[in-house]
Amino acid sequence: MSDEQGGLLEAPLAIEYPFNRTTGPVIGAFLTGLRNERVLGIRDTQGRVVCPPVEYDPQTGEPLTEMVEIGTEGTITSWSWVANVREGQPLDRPHALAFIRLDGADTSMLHAVDASGPDAVNTGARVRIRWAPEREGLITDIACFELVGGAA
Amino acid sequence: MSPADNDRVISTMPTGLWEQPAISTPDLGDEEPVQRLRLPASMVYRYNPGQAPTRYLRGLAQKKILGERSASNPDVYVPSRGMNPTEGTPTSEQVEVGPKGTISSFCVVHIGFGVNAPPTPFVSALILPDGAAVSLYGTLLEVPIEEVRIGMRVEPVWVPDDQLTTSSENITHWRPIDEPDVPAEQLKGHM
Repeated sequence: MSDEQGGLLEAPLAIEYPFNRTTGPVIGAFLTGLRNERVLGIRDTQGRVVCPPVEYDPQTGEPLTEMVEIGTEGTITSWSWVANVREGQPLDRPHALAFIRLDGADTSMLHAVDASGPDAVNTGARVRIRWAPEREGLITDIACFELVGGAA
Repeated sequence: MSPADNDRVISTMPTGLWEQPAISTPDLGDEEPVQRLRLPASMVYRYNPGQAPTRYLRGLAQKKILGERSASNPDVYVPSRGMNPTEGTPTSEQVEVGPKGTISSFCVVHIGFGVNAPPTPFVSALILPDGAAVSLYGTLLEVPIEEVRIGMRVEPVWVPDDQLTTSSENITHWRPIDEPDVPAEQLKGHM
């Protein structure tokens, strides 16, 4: 406990939950792909490709089974600027949080975009995955996205 | 968490109750697909124990177990929360208790948890410090489990002086001392 000037004591108190869960086959395959610098989506009953993949059709609830590889570049469909960075976020400096529709996918995934400032980010901007140096089968294997053309 | 706890089976489902159809994937060239995720979640607070527990923790930093009592009641509470819990009156007098004490209750722990848990099995005990009305929670070591009993006399084992802080971890554990047992009747109401 910190013990300053004889006042009240204070100490950090961390409440931690060491969650350990199974992925199931769909998320497991998605994460296995990320570990190999590849991205998988899943085809829904309408023929659309959903990424990140889901286990059941968003409309009908039917189990989905056909996983397909999609691109590692995509387009920003919506975004917001994170000026105040909190602990645990993908980047330790101001960045964009964006919905990114990867090439070959029909849905968007939420991730961080490394950019120099909000002026550098646009809906419709092209981005590509920046892979983590060491990948272990987690969504954080995608370190972040970066603007194609190196505007960051 | 120890590795053993992390690898415990979390849940199981009877075979045939629920099944997911097999999926097809492009060849990922990976012999060991990901099947598990460790996702530690945490919430970090700034904990402030309040005035009376602050006094208790300051005492521990000097290897003293300090209780408190109110003017209207002789019971010494340790650690004090600032009032006599049966009367609601403020605890105005500080009283040093222990450091020796008596085991008022105990259990044998077979599944350890927490970063500082000793190897299982070990004894977790309620220890009534001499002069106190309520027991402290502690770990009892340096004695075979079969010999542990209610009424056993014990003393605290402190961390080295240069490691003393305002923390309950100053007492690493308790150990038996060579004194006659306290009759169980004297421990009633002091758990």
